[in-house]
Amino acid sequence: MPGTLPLADRTIAEVGELLRRREVSSRDLTEACLGRIARDGERLNTFLAVGEERALAAADAADAALKDGGGADKPLLGIPYALKDIFVTRALDDDGQPNGGLPTTAGSRILEGYRCAYASSAEERLSNARAVLLGKTNLDEFAMGSSNENSAYGPVHNPWDDRLVPGGSSGGSAAAVASGQAFFATGTDTGGSIRQPASLSGIVGFKPTYGRVSRYGMVAFASSLDQCGPLVRSVGDAATVLQALAGHDPRDSTSVDTPVPDYGAALTGDVRGLKLGVPREYFVAGMEPGVEAAVRSAIGVLEGLGAEIVEVSLPSTDHGLATYYIITPAEASANLARYDGVRYGLSAGDDDLIENYVRTRGSGFGPEVKRRIILGTYALSAGYYDAYYVKAQQVRTLIKAEFDSVLSGVDALLAPTSPSVAFKIGAKADDPLLMYLNDACTLPVNIAGLPGISVPCGLSDGLPVGFQVIGRAFDESTVLRVADAYQRAAGFIDLRPPTAYG
Amino acid sequence: MAVSTRYETIIGIEVHAQLRTESKMFCSCATAPPPGEKDEPNTRTCPVCMALPGTLPVINRKAVELVMLTGLALDCEIQTAAVRFERKNYFYPDLPKGYQISQYALPLCANGRLEVPVPAEETSVSIGITRAHLEEDTARLQHGGRGYSLLDFNRAGVPLMEIVTEPDVRSPAQARAYGETLRDILRYIGASDGDMETGSMRIEGNVSLRPIGTDAFGTKVEVKNLNSFRSLERAMEFEVARQADALERGERLVQETRGWHETEGRTMTQRAKEEANDYRYFPEPDLPPLRPSEEWVARLRASLPELPAARRARYVDGLSLSAYDAEVLTADLALADYFDAVVAAGIAPKSAANWVTGEFSRLLNQHAAEGLRSSAVGLRPAGLAELISGVEGGKVSAANAKTVLAEVFATGESPKAVVDRLGLQQVGDAESIGAEIEAVMAEFPSQVAEYRSGKPQLFGFLVGQVMKRTAGRADARLVNDELRRRLEE
Ligand SMILES: [Zn+2]
Repeated sequence: MPGTLPLADRTIAEVGELLRRREVSSRDLTEACLGRIARDGERLNTFLAVGEERALAAADAADAALKDGGGADKPLLGIPYALKDIFVTRALDDDGQPNGGLPTTAGSRILEGYRCAYASSAEERLSNARAVLLGKTNLDEFAMGSSNENSAYGPVHNPWDDRLVPGGSSGGSAAAVASGQAFFATGTDTGGSIRQPASLSGIVGFKPTYGRVSRYGMVAFASSLDQCGPLVRSVGDAATVLQALAGHDPRDSTSVDTPVPDYGAALTGDVRGLKLGVPREYFVAGMEPGVEAAVRSAIGVLEGLGAEIVEVSLPSTDHGLATYYIITPAEASANLARYDGVRYGLSAGDDDLIENYVRTRGSGFGPEVKRRIILGTYALSAGYYDAYYVKAQQVRTLIKAEFDSVLSGVDALLAPTSPSVAFKIGAKADDPLLMYLNDACTLPVNIAGLPGISVPCGLSDGLPVGFQVIGRAFDESTVLRVADAYQRAAGFIDLRPPTAYG
Repeated sequence: MAVSTRYETIIGIEVHAQLRTESKMFCSCATAPPPGEKDEPNTRTCPVCMALPGTLPVINRKAVELVMLTGLALDCEIQTAAVRFERKNYFYPDLPKGYQISQYALPLCANGRLEVPVPAEETSVSIGITRAHLEEDTARLQHGGRGYSLLDFNRAGVPLMEIVTEPDVRSPAQARAYGETLRDILRYIGASDGDMETGSMRIEGNVSLRPIGTDAFGTKVEVKNLNSFRSLERAMEFEVARQADALERGERLVQETRGWHETEGRTMTQRAKEEANDYRYFPEPDLPPLRPSEEWVARLRASLPELPAARRARYVDGLSLSAYDAEVLTADLALADYFDAVVAAGIAPKSAANWVTGEFSRLLNQHAAEGLRSSAVGLRPAGLAELISGVEGGKVSAANAKTVLAEVFATGESPKAVVDRLGLQQVGDAESIGAEIEAVMAEFPSQVAEYRSGKPQLFGFLVGQVMKRTAGRADARLVNDELRRRLEE
């Protein structure tokens, strides 16, 4: 029942309506979020930086604009939000002096206290939409992880249960949105880093098509898969935030110059006549029965709404994980070479060049980041390149082709987001391979560059479960349409962790 | 080099040329300071070329075009399938990203050929071009001070073209001729300043020897630090002699990089190459594949100017110019274009060449300090043509025409305006010259008499007097003829 929840836990659509009716102010919303951050932020370790004064000033400016009748065409005007701390925020003025902007760490020691000289596309676009930036959220170091335990600044805790992980790598963003510390947050998704934490934290997470949203100012992990997207409380909110983020950016040559449709218009609530495929390979052995049950019931709901459900096959799914763990470390090994202690960030200050590299990078990077740099360097090395990198690219082409083929026969695919619900902090930390399996259902979507959304579809053992809707490239509209129809019918929009009720 | 007859010299050449673009390869920073301003370190940088986290490269279209243009000029195949930029990975402080964006598996241009005249050997050789590709320059690293080095990122990200030859060069003189011929072409097509001294063109030579009559290549030595074409030639000569000497003495050569020391006139070991560096090249994921359309390539091909060699041939064979004049004219595209326009305006090629390579070029060089280029000279080819016709038609004396030209360069006026202003129209009709001659003969009767009595040396005196009376505007040939006729009467 919308309206019965505390202000901080409502959707953008609801509070936006209240704002425009001037029943609440942006300051009210901002203070509500800041109150939650003060109450739960430290316990959940959601934020790495909070800009309270700037946020309140932006809220007041938004209120002034609302008073002048603004906001009709700006659905994010005055809405408080958080950026995953992998989006750079401008923190220096033209003379190189601190301008009061927030630092950017990418969850790494090597960028501790780093003040960036320019703004990311995400910061720019959301600032143009007049949304109110609260702060930067915690994450797995350089977005490498599925549990948010790899942050140099400590793990994030799941708002549903402190002892559990929120998922990763956008764990801080997911936990913040789930616990009323922000109305939405940005995330990045390279292999599931938006969808998996959304699933484990009981919210909506949307990874758009690769190329739909600019990567400019997003600290790179694996350039050919990284994509920016929203973590929100409803599919409708996902459409609203994506609308603000999407579009060609000449500074990102991989961002595609194709028209951005009106995503709100896709939310018809009607899925009759749509053919939805269920890939059998996604219901893997080892999947928790409670997860499978929740996902199957979601599929049933869509069938009940008039969609035609068909079983399909993506036989190369099994090879996704291996492919992913060749390509992403390879790209990361080069992307992270710039952290060399020469121009910015941590520097060991050693007089000897090589020694300075070794000590800066040795102490600046955490174990998972080092593991992937070594893996990637190995995969690209002379003598191994063809066997690993080239082979992985071939499999990537194959996986893509399978998706294309299947999606030529159906309008979208339905699948689980994660094989399990949130697990205990530390439970998989010593077993990278077990940890990597978390993303088995999400990473093929990145390999193929397709849009995928995770939507809550119930609880298993009292913890949230999400399912995925995967669409054709640049057909975010159908993905949103299916997910929204489900969410309206299922009535899980008000699913909130215990924190919501204090 | 007594022993060189036993060995065949094998040289391959690598050239790095800075491309003439306004902005850097992957960002919008300028490649050079504004005209007249000093190049202060680290003033032409931005988040992209400093490799701040989250920044992305954007391809400079002009740079791609210049490499393709070069490829076309070198008779290369232009790669129109997907050309991927690749990352060349290594750590060094002058490389901000920790990788250089370059091209590896598929260069933009490959399999070309360049005909190189080698005057020293009175022949011309055909050098195979393996590839020409696009990459970015590094920052400038200045080792100095105690315990620190300085970095200037102004050069970081400046577009560079690498041109690699097949091991087709057979002598140091050929190496030099190749370098010079290539430089002329790069300048001609506007791809690069091709300036060895300032480093906008850098050359490395790979030298090896093998016994004449054998096929296998010998141990290759890479020679760097060559600051002029002359150093290239000298370094190759030194290296050929050093290697031949070592081989004669039965020594084993090592594959290495050697630096040329200009003052000492020898190469020295810089770095031995036990094994090749592993740069772990892989396709640059931040850039989509480059697919130059056939149409784009065709457009570039059509825009390619007539190259120096073809033009020289046309001047010598078609216009009967001397090889020297052809060489001087074609060394500068604008000068050659100027010459063509003067000829098109109706001036005989020989005459046009004399003026363009002579007085015109002299004035051009004189004013070069002020930044004047032949393409920018106020004197249009038609104006020069008019002046030349004036001289040939006897309306202006050759001496005065030079004065006019100098004035034109100094003031920017048209030649006609200068002629009128200075009253330099030549007195060219026999009648008025006749009147002046009569006057002189009346003024100097004794000299006239002496000439007539057998002192021909007085002829010059009398001519001088006529020229003086006409303030140099009289047609000298006409004066000669008329004076002689009247004196002999
Ligand atoms: Zn720049």
